[in-house]
Amino acid sequence: MSLILDNVSYVYSQGNAYEKKALDGINLKIEDGEFIGIIGHTGSGKSTLIQHLNGLLKATDGKIYFDGEDIYDKDYELRDLRMQVGMVFQYPEHQLFDETVFKDVCFGPRNQGLPEKDVQLRGYEALKNVGLNEKYFDVSPFELSGGQKRRAAIAGVIAMKPRVLILDEPTAGLDPRGKDEILDMIAANHQRYGNTVILVSHSMEDVAKYVDRIIVMDDGKIKYDDEPREVFKYYKELEKIGLAAPQVTYLMNDLRENGYPVSTDVTTVDEAKSAILKLFKIQT
Amino acid sequence: MLREITLGQYYPVDSVIHKMDPRTKLFATVIYILSIFCFRGPIGFVAITAGLIAVIYLSKVPFSFMVRGLKAIVFILVFAGILNLFMTPGRELISIWKFTVTYEGAKSASLMLFRMIYLIIGTSVMTLTTTPNQLTDGLETALKPFAKIKVPVHEIAMMMSIALRFIPILVEETDKIMKAQMARGADFESGGIIKKVKSMVPLLVPLFVSAFRRANDLALAMEARCYHGGEGRTKMIPLHYEHRDKVAYVVVIVYIVLIFILRKFA
Repeated sequence: MSLILDNVSYVYSQGNAYEKKALDGINLKIEDGEFIGIIGHTGSGKSTLIQHLNGLLKATDGKIYFDGEDIYDKDYELRDLRMQVGMVFQYPEHQLFDETVFKDVCFGPRNQGLPEKDVQLRGYEALKNVGLNEKYFDVSPFELSGGQKRRAAIAGVIAMKPRVLILDEPTAGLDPRGKDEILDMIAANHQRYGNTVILVSHSMEDVAKYVDRIIVMDDGKIKYDDEPREVFKYYKELEKIGLAAPQVTYLMNDLRENGYPVSTDVTTVDEAKSAILKLFKIQT
Repeated sequence: MLREITLGQYYPVDSVIHKMDPRTKLFATVIYILSIFCFRGPIGFVAITAGLIAVIYLSKVPFSFMVRGLKAIVFILVFAGILNLFMTPGRELISIWKFTVTYEGAKSASLMLFRMIYLIIGTSVMTLTTTPNQLTDGLETALKPFAKIKVPVHEIAMMMSIALRFIPILVEETDKIMKAQMARGADFESGGIIKKVKSMVPLLVPLFVSAFRRANDLALAMEARCYHGGEGRTKMIPLHYEHRDKVAYVVVIVYIVLIFILRKFA
């Protein structure tokens, strides 16, 4: 039960002046239940990559297997795949269309062909899960605030209960608090349902706290693919490709260079705090 | 998915035609269009074809790109061609069952097909070698004299350039929203006509919302930069004629004379 990408390449506008290679020989295996972060600079191919995972873009070269089945097979129903692999695009609030928030969230489950009762149950559950207050269920989605719209749009995908949930920059354009709330909500859902979650971002800071695996993209290729703490060891190389490790990585490395024997192996502020406290308890 | 639209799309290569002043190209295009509607006889046809081939060759744009614009009007071409072929009275050429093809019909059908195809290809050369901005710039300067009789030339040009600028944005936006709704299981292809129209709602509503939002943002941005219309406005890149434009004008004039002579004597 997994997603496998076998030597996938993708070229935009093949054969004319606008030709551009966006993906170059990607090999990837994503297991069930993983929480993955895909990181890359603008134009590194991360958005292109995820659009392959649910068959919205067809690779110019290479194969993709979902549950061991070739998704480019003639008999394969891409629509079914899209029900299994849910995708939240960048600025998902731009896709809201229905009269009420609740109806909009029910759009996905209804397309799945579920009985009306289940559709509504799913919609209700999803809206609860994204933490949207019940009083907004019956208002027009265009009347909500930016953060609320974002939640409603994410609920629209969660309501389909996809086994793999892909989110492309779900926190873009939100304030720090809204950012944390959205990410906490995604992490809580991952805990609750144990589904695979793929989080696309250009900020290590956002991702480091939540994911168990980071895939770094650069120029259409996978540069690193490992646990966060392992990836952050390459913080100098990351800077060269326009990315940065979390601030705590820099702090711990600076401390170490200045003669404090702390572990540089931390990824979050909390871990850093306990590492530093530990050091001082030993010294004083 | 929707990246196939070429009518009015610039093809970036470096050629003499690309570098030419847009006014020259506009003038030449108008003359060309007039010529395909008033030529006579096979010699005129050869002259026009030769001119078109020469310009296409100089533009360095792949020929397949110009033909792509034809795809959109294939149906009209076939329909009009058939009507002309069978409905024109005159001398009988071939008769199949109840339908007769007349000599005059064949002539007017082929003439019409030729004119439509050449019209599309010729104007494609223009749009493929000129950026939308240059095009409206050229139009604005060429239509300047009409401003004297209170024609809002600058406003028209501004509206045109905004409209042209928005085409690729809206195409991209459509593509994005389509993908987002497809990811939610929307189906834009199957079903009868009513189901298809209904399935467009999740696409059209967000598209209109975003178009209005963009229009609003743009208006604000223009206002913030103190835009107040065309009066006293200078250009960042003023148009001016180069040597190649003079050459082009001479060529176009020779072309007019040639077509005129051929029309008189052919």
